[in-house]
Amino acid sequence: MTAAGREDRVAGRLPWVLVVPALLGMVFLVLPLAGLLLRAPWSTLPRRLAEPQVLEALRLSLVTATVATLVCLVLGVPLAWLLARATFPGRRLVRALITVPLVLPPVVGGVALLLVLGRRGLVGQWLDSTFGVTLPFTTAGVVVAEAFVAMPFLVISVEGALRAADLRYEEAAATLGASRWTVFRRVTLPLVAPGIIAGAVLCWARALGEFGATITFAGNFPGRTQTMPLAVYLALETEPEAAIVLSLVLLVVSVVILASLRDRWVNSP
Amino acid sequence: MGEQPVSLHAHLVVDRPAFRLDVDLRVASGQVVALLGPNGAGKTTALRALAGLTALSGGHITLDDRPLHPLTAEQRPIGMVFQDYLLFPHLSALENVAFGPRCQGASKQEARRTASALLERVGLAAYASAKPRQLSGGQAQRVALARALAVEPRMLLLDEPLAALDAHTRLEIRSHLRHHLAGFDGATVLVTHDPLDAMVLADHLVVVEDGAVVQEGPPAEVARRPRTDYVARLVGLNLYRGVADGRQVRVGDVPFSVTEQVEGPAFVAFSPAAVALYRSRPDGTPRNVWQARIEGIERHGDNVRVHIDGPIVASADITTAAVADLDLARGQRVWASVKANETHAYPA
Repeated sequence: MTAAGREDRVAGRLPWVLVVPALLGMVFLVLPLAGLLLRAPWSTLPRRLAEPQVLEALRLSLVTATVATLVCLVLGVPLAWLLARATFPGRRLVRALITVPLVLPPVVGGVALLLVLGRRGLVGQWLDSTFGVTLPFTTAGVVVAEAFVAMPFLVISVEGALRAADLRYEEAAATLGASRWTVFRRVTLPLVAPGIIAGAVLCWARALGEFGATITFAGNFPGRTQTMPLAVYLALETEPEAAIVLSLVLLVVSVVILASLRDRWVNSP
Repeated sequence: MGEQPVSLHAHLVVDRPAFRLDVDLRVASGQVVALLGPNGAGKTTALRALAGLTALSGGHITLDDRPLHPLTAEQRPIGMVFQDYLLFPHLSALENVAFGPRCQGASKQEARRTASALLERVGLAAYASAKPRQLSGGQAQRVALARALAVEPRMLLLDEPLAALDAHTRLEIRSHLRHHLAGFDGATVLVTHDPLDAMVLADHLVVVEDGAVVQEGPPAEVARRPRTDYVARLVGLNLYRGVADGRQVRVGDVPFSVTEQVEGPAFVAFSPAAVALYRSRPDGTPRNVWQARIEGIERHGDNVRVHIDGPIVASADITTAAVADLDLARGQRVWASVKANETHAYPA
């Protein structure tokens, strides 16, 4: 519709000052991906994919990213609800603080996590002495690092959906005798479900690709904390071909996520 | 009012920046009261305050001798029909109606039974599994009514229940709604800006302007004896405030002979159809006659409405033939007259 309208319009010549950098930018973004595909060892691909280290890293990545996403859902959706629906002093500050992990270098996030949850950390010490739980350099630590980095994506997405949702449905539910919890469960959640799904997918993708915070907080132990991105980085020094294969897998996962988001939840043309 | 016990007694005060709502409402069991008023008059605010969706700044709400204002919306025994119905889009018609009973603790089966019976009553049993977006405006309105009735409310609140419907559906739904309201034994408060909806659906009108009640009474009474320009316009009457002395009311410089005996400040009202226009001063029968100037002429139904200026501003409905005969045009001077027995005079 709009595209046809644009085509009908008489356009002047495209200004090269815009076109040249645009093409350069496009090449810059697409070429590395193409390079990955071109240099992939297609003949040995099936064998390399079946290698135990690759499968182990893939399994660990999928499991930790999924668990981290679940943690983000359980904590992040109520947090988003609080930010969108409740009024309390310092709400703006809280929202600003929550978005810090979005822009924070992940390595710094990892260091911060170590300082708090490390064996001698503020909370870590207590966790260790009371429950005998240590998080750093464990699979649980991977989940913590991924959730820390990925949760803001979910919170922001869900909060946006909650703000856009028509509050009057919640009022209608209240006049029918629904408590605030029932309203949330039976009206608000279903209404913002697309936003939650989109947020969860973004969150999952971010967790899957997490590197800096993970390697800092959880280390790089094959089978325990070595996720795909870590395996890629390590393999690059010893077995470049394996690194390419692992990268391809991550690329495919990213493209699938992007496609699913665009088709279902992102209404961009 | 009076023959039945008062079920709702509310004094609603809501303070907003640059707006204050302060209205008193009494509704008997089984009675339908319409809040009628222009946009921004505070009708919907009053309804939301009754529902507990807008906080009261003052006053009280008593329903069946129990204070309602300390309760939150979900604790109040109310059913509300919203202007655009607000059916939950992710639930079927049946689930929408069953929502309230479920919240009140009914089992899933019980709630669905109640909902089925109600959908049957509003004639939509066939649409039980339809999602709201598959329903027409009239059907959605009926589901919204069923949903509100499903909680067995003691008070039914309707916010512009017919405003979102097209003219044809409106007629049908209006009589449908009237039927269901007649069968409801609690107090009903409905908000509308449409005088016809109010007249057809309500037993008692409360006219609200600028956050205050300006007139109330049975529909026929309000229609016959408007007390503000807004009400007069709604019911299509010319209305003037004057000073009465027996059977004469003086409005500015124009003395009106009337049939009623009134003293002191008084209103005179008459229909535009009662106004006759002449090119020269009519003689003969004793009439209320004044000289006027034509301000505008427009079509009005099958007739022509002439707006006249002069000592008093008035509307006159005359036939198209009369316009041609009199050769009327804007700015022209005419004589206007109204028979005494076509006026209504009542104390202001």
